[in-house]
Amino acid sequence: MFFEIVRGAVTRQKRKLLVMACAMTLGISLATAMLNVMFDVGDKVNQELRAYGANIVVSPRGASFLGDIYGVEEGVGVADKYLAEAELPRIKTIFWAFNIVDFTPWLDIMVRLDEDSAPVRLAGAWFSKHLDLPTGESVDTGAVNLKSWWDVRGAWLDDSDISGVMVGSALAAKRGIKVGGTLPVRFRDADGAEWVERMTVRAVFHSGDREDEELVATLAAVQKLAGLEGKVRRVEVSALTTPENDLARRAAQNPYTLSRQDWEVWYCTAYVSAIAYQIEEVLTNSRAKPVLQVAESEGIILRKTRLLMLLLTILSLACTALAISNLVTASVMERSAQIGLLKALGATDGQIYLLILAEAFVATALGGVAGYVVGLGFASIIGQAVFGSNVAAKGLVIPLIVVLALLVTIGGSLPAMRMLARLRPAEVLHGR
Amino acid sequence: MNILELHDVSMVYGQVAALRNVSLTVSPGEWVAVMGASGSGKTTLMNIIGCMDRASHGVVILDGEKLSRMAARDLTAIRRDKIGLIFQQFHLVPYLTAVENIMIAQYYHSMADEKEALQALERVGLQHRARHLPRQLSGGEQQRLCIARALINCPKLVLADEPTGNLDEDNQNTVLDLFHRLHAEGSAIIMVTHAPDVAAHAQRVVHLEFGRIVNDAPRAPHGISSGEPDKCAVGNMAK
Repeated sequence: MFFEIVRGAVTRQKRKLLVMACAMTLGISLATAMLNVMFDVGDKVNQELRAYGANIVVSPRGASFLGDIYGVEEGVGVADKYLAEAELPRIKTIFWAFNIVDFTPWLDIMVRLDEDSAPVRLAGAWFSKHLDLPTGESVDTGAVNLKSWWDVRGAWLDDSDISGVMVGSALAAKRGIKVGGTLPVRFRDADGAEWVERMTVRAVFHSGDREDEELVATLAAVQKLAGLEGKVRRVEVSALTTPENDLARRAAQNPYTLSRQDWEVWYCTAYVSAIAYQIEEVLTNSRAKPVLQVAESEGIILRKTRLLMLLLTILSLACTALAISNLVTASVMERSAQIGLLKALGATDGQIYLLILAEAFVATALGGVAGYVVGLGFASIIGQAVFGSNVAAKGLVIPLIVVLALLVTIGGSLPAMRMLARLRPAEVLHGR
Repeated sequence: MNILELHDVSMVYGQVAALRNVSLTVSPGEWVAVMGASGSGKTTLMNIIGCMDRASHGVVILDGEKLSRMAARDLTAIRRDKIGLIFQQFHLVPYLTAVENIMIAQYYHSMADEKEALQALERVGLQHRARHLPRQLSGGEQQRLCIARALINCPKLVLADEPTGNLDEDNQNTVLDLFHRLHAEGSAIIMVTHAPDVAAHAQRVVHLEFGRIVNDAPRAPHGISSGEPDKCAVGNMAK
């Protein structure tokens, strides 16, 4: 019988319930969009920030120590420490392998372009290196993706090209170097012997950084010139990470001070410090350091963006609750005689509340489903407009939306409930 | 034992006394008409007897239970279990069919039973209108439906507020015939009316003026007088 009463009320009040469902659709759609964006914004901002380069730098343990303490970048104890190129594919085998977006090794040597000129740094790197991983997968990784903001006139180098070189724009302007020209690159080894390699200028690039004063060649070319086959000085890694929190900061200082439980949480979360730690585990004698400015910027941007999304969600749901409150109250006022009759027939306040809530829940269910679908559309539009890609629909949003919709309906119905509790059948049936 | 006893009942709304020291008893199976001009306190009296209002002063005893000190929830239970309400404005649920309007009273009393509700409709001659909405019924049919709903839970006391007030003469007679049958089967009826010809059908007529009973006189019965009711009136009507 209860369902007959609800069905009858719903059928008879189609228009009112439709308006209620529309209010719910609007509120839930905004909440769905905001929550999906909120949960996905981490990945999106990460991807955006990945365009600004690496957030982890790996270097040989001893060299890193001297660099950290004394700021030393050259000389014995620093420049003579290397990582093994052959181990680099292991980076893609760590627990958070899928979060490693790109990485490239670097090997820097100092060269001269003529006998009397000042030394110039020649950096060797991977550009789009194809790697077959121990896991059976394969990846292409290197500077082409990692330095995506470089403005390159000419062509990026091919990793098999050992005679090509890219010249920084400032150096090219100073020396009048043009794409297609050749450069005599002179390298003097520790014994004083000089090696000259004529290299073809494949491109002139503008990075906006110190690389504009440098030369960049393939890793193989630099290794060959310097006689350092199989060795690299540092590895730049770009990884998708979770914003740092207190746990991550404690772990970054010394992960061994964490409790077993904290350790597991930290290790299994994509904190930049956890990923750095895992890289150290797979590269022999290495020290992986987060680029803190990038990590902190991510954290700040994410916190602010999420707060904004949360506020918008609360605001939209509060507006929906107000709209529902008005509509339910209007409905109750309009049907006061009918509700008075039900009370006169013996319905308790609880039974009447249930009836009114059931009617509101029908509108909520309709509006909620429609709102969720529309909200996914909104999220997609926001994703395309802001990040240039779709926002993924998060499963967690569905139960959250259900709970929020129920709370909004119950909250919105509360004023009507109070009115119902005060409604006396004698007043509405007999006008007293 | 009387089905209803009122002792010195008064009802005051602000500065206005709607009822003043009203005392009244109604026996089981008795049919009482309450008459009076507008504002004489008839509706207030009905609200108090029907457990929809509490008297400011005095004692109200319904079927042996003292109503004066009962909580709202208990009054609701008494109203549900012991009273059948018939209204001048019918007060039917507009989006439920005739049979569903009866079942709703069953639902809030105990359990909805469509078969029993259909039998109740048959007793008031509306079996062919069971699936019609109230707006598809005439005034007389709506009032008969209201009577069927009032009787479905076998109340000890039927309260009818101007039951023929909105009806033409034919429908008025039909409704009064139903009341005679109810009375014959032992239901106690208290009926508020303005019309002396309607009141003349009752066993006893109580006159109210300015909240006081000014006259309480028996009338010659039109129907068969009853003894102590021991069965559900609706059940008996069916036989």
